[in-house]
Amino acid sequence: MTTEHAVHVDAPGHDAADIDRHVKVYVVVFVALMALTLITVAVSYLHLPTRTAIALALVIAGIKGSLVACYFMHLISEKKLIYVVLGITIFKFVVLLALPIFTHSDSYGLFE
Amino acid sequence: MEIPYTVAVRRDTGLTNGKIGIWLFLASEVMLFGALFASYILIRSGAPSWPRGDTILNVPMATFNTIVLITSSITMVMAWASLMRGRLQTFRTYMGGTILLGGVFLVVKYFEYSHKFHEGLLPSSNNFLAIYFTLTGLHMLHVLGGMAVNAYLLSFGAKLWKTNPAWFTNRVENSGLFWHFVDLVWIFLFPTLYLL
Amino acid sequence: MSHPGTVATPPPHASHGSHHEEELSFWRKYVFSVDHKMIGMQYAVTGLLFLLFGFSLMMLMRWQLAYPGTALPLIGALLGETRMPGGVMQPDFYNELGAMHGTIMVFLGVVPLAVGGFGNFVVPLQIGAPDMAFPRLNMASYWFFFLGGVIMLASFFVPGGAAQGGWTSYPPLAIILGSGQTWWLMGMVFLITSSLLGAINFITTIIQLRAKGLTYFRFPFFVWAQFVTSFLLLLAFPPLEAAAVMQLMDRLAGTSFFLPSGLVVSGQIVTAAGGGNPILWQHLFWFLAHPEVYVLILPAMGIVAEIIANNTRKPLWGYRPMVYSLLFLGFMSFIVWAHHMFMTGMGTGMAAFFQTTTMIISIPSVVILTALIMSLWGGSIRFTTPMLFALGFLPMFGIGGLTGLPLGFNISDIPLHDTYYVIGHFHYVVAPGTIFALFAGIYYWYPKATGRMMNDTLGKIHFVGSFVCMNVIFMPMFWMGLAGVSRRLFDGGATYAFAQPVLHLNVVSSWGAWILALFQLPFIFNFFWSAWKGPIAGNNPWNATTLEWAAPSPPPHGNFLVAPEAYRGPYEYSVPGAAKDFTPQYEA
Repeated sequence: MTTEHAVHVDAPGHDAADIDRHVKVYVVVFVALMALTLITVAVSYLHLPTRTAIALALVIAGIKGSLVACYFMHLISEKKLIYVVLGITIFKFVVLLALPIFTHSDSYGLFE
Repeated sequence: MEIPYTVAVRRDTGLTNGKIGIWLFLASEVMLFGALFASYILIRSGAPSWPRGDTILNVPMATFNTIVLITSSITMVMAWASLMRGRLQTFRTYMGGTILLGGVFLVVKYFEYSHKFHEGLLPSSNNFLAIYFTLTGLHMLHVLGGMAVNAYLLSFGAKLWKTNPAWFTNRVENSGLFWHFVDLVWIFLFPTLYLL
Repeated sequence: MSHPGTVATPPPHASHGSHHEEELSFWRKYVFSVDHKMIGMQYAVTGLLFLLFGFSLMMLMRWQLAYPGTALPLIGALLGETRMPGGVMQPDFYNELGAMHGTIMVFLGVVPLAVGGFGNFVVPLQIGAPDMAFPRLNMASYWFFFLGGVIMLASFFVPGGAAQGGWTSYPPLAIILGSGQTWWLMGMVFLITSSLLGAINFITTIIQLRAKGLTYFRFPFFVWAQFVTSFLLLLAFPPLEAAAVMQLMDRLAGTSFFLPSGLVVSGQIVTAAGGGNPILWQHLFWFLAHPEVYVLILPAMGIVAEIIANNTRKPLWGYRPMVYSLLFLGFMSFIVWAHHMFMTGMGTGMAAFFQTTTMIISIPSVVILTALIMSLWGGSIRFTTPMLFALGFLPMFGIGGLTGLPLGFNISDIPLHDTYYVIGHFHYVVAPGTIFALFAGIYYWYPKATGRMMNDTLGKIHFVGSFVCMNVIFMPMFWMGLAGVSRRLFDGGATYAFAQPVLHLNVVSSWGAWILALFQLPFIFNFFWSAWKGPIAGNNPWNATTLEWAAPSPPPHGNFLVAPEAYRGPYEYSVPGAAKDFTPQYEA
């Protein structure tokens, strides 16, 4: 049985016109993601110095990731509670990435 | 006894239980992969030398896989959009496409892995390969998990569309969030392991 | 007005989701239940059994510590020739017991009881919810925990026995140990998954399913405590899961995440790629394990807060500062972990950082403890059994917390690290600390769960005996630690000259432990006997104010006959001008 009628889903602000707008955005984001993928691979062939390469790769990945998160995952129009949860998480994520390596750099080099 | 806010949103948060639940789960997944990235940083910085990814790994195959996964992300979100528009058949097409693309990803990974094993490149060979196999292996398990949930939603789970279309749409949206997250992890994994 | 005991017609349900209790089979009602109360009781009973088992492991160890190298009468012969030839404990067996005692007490005993048991049973009732947000996920959480426990127990029977690398499983030792260590890692993966699923459930439930009128600052302190605890579990456990996966890879796939180059074991060079970092494991382990200690204490503080307010017949002193302290504590707990790693060659910069954060984190703990003590001032104290345990918690946690301070400073940690001082410190916090609070909670909420009161005299005997014995066991350990006796020595330091003057303290602690076991018997008896023969409790035998006391004892499926509403704060005791000395939250 195919149901071809529009469904009233309890998602505020999501009527048919809205969905059309969303879909247009999805297509644009998709094209951007493809482009950025090719760019990041192309840049890698330049064999830049390691630090520059890492920074550039992370910036591009960051942009791609943000596009997926903001538009495919609807984060750009999410509710405050989700932002709070993610904010706490990002803080802890940064701590987890930063503190061990800081401690390692500051140590007496027991394990090289 | 029904649990409130399964389908309707709670007014002060503007969210359903499932939406909060999946984001909390994704938060924990950020920490899971974060720990592996932190390990990568520590191991690599402590290593006397570290191979550049493209000298060991197959960049064209992985680029293809990246494109596959990004495409599967848009088919996933289109599956949800189809339900929002009330089009079950279109949903089926897009959801099927998402699962198929996931399968393609796995097949490519299978070829990548078996090629490595064939050449005697194992996780135990060196730390680069150890972290490569562990990170991509764990990611692969998540792809499988996502595919399993999507397959359920495409088949048995779709019965819910008849009795409670709003609830079914929410489930697809939440599953989509997980799938996008899996794509997001790969977006960072790919340059880190293959290009740097 | 929602009056407890009013019978109301439940609204008609159209969906097949509503089922009446009479229709459920035995398996669906008692084993594979999705009701938070049944799941909470499953967690609580399983947790208590594991606590007893973990305690028994320690009682075995204490024989070896008190009388090293001597045969253990009766029981020694039962444990087999490999582990106790002639009844004398082998060092490997001692290590097995030590590692499993810690693991079982923390991950299979205290956390399941405090979070899985009390959290599951009490929180939905205290917020006026019909159940948890995800009932089936709740059931799954319990079974993951159960399976994790089975794996941990099964590991005793594999060749080489259970894990022997401490509850901390440090590499390189943990990598080269026998298969028991693999089972430990697998068990941990299940337990971590259980906690993660539970945390998701708690946070969603507390935010979404709270009753009308129950704003955040009208939450009972217990709910806040469980809320923060869940965030700790959600975000701190995954790194340990990742680390467990990496250690499994090292053990099973021959990787060298944690194996350094040039490792020599028993005169042989280890054939592995090397280049790994054992300190990486420590970072990932303690990233979890430090927030984990707050997971152990926060629910306990929550329980004590509820019971103190109820038994002083006055509001908690400093409720808001206590809540802000909880939030601050949760935040800080993620940036102190390397105070467990001061001896790993850390430089002065990072040592200074972690010392500073560690000192700062003591502040919210002190605020909470002070507020609890100040709450007693001017109260009409009722010395019920729950209150005795809650009162006992206060000085015990105080000692535990204060003795942590020298460990938090790099300099004073140097002589104290890995000595009995550390064991004394953390046991004070967890044993006469958390476990006393958990006992208090059992005596307090037992009537709600079963509809009957526990016997008060047996409870008082349980309290006095436990209080004295706990101090007899753990106080001497500070002396031993200060004298320099290391932890995890299978003979309790007997071979060290500097330890000789304090060795007799091992005997003191051991007898304290064995007598403590005897004082648990009245509790065990009371726990089961009262379910049949205890005096019937009404809805609100303690004359308490929070929402769970509006439900019948025990509550039916769906908890409340009429959905409750919160009209005021949680601790409106002795309100001037009121007819009773308590004004419940749920009375209009």
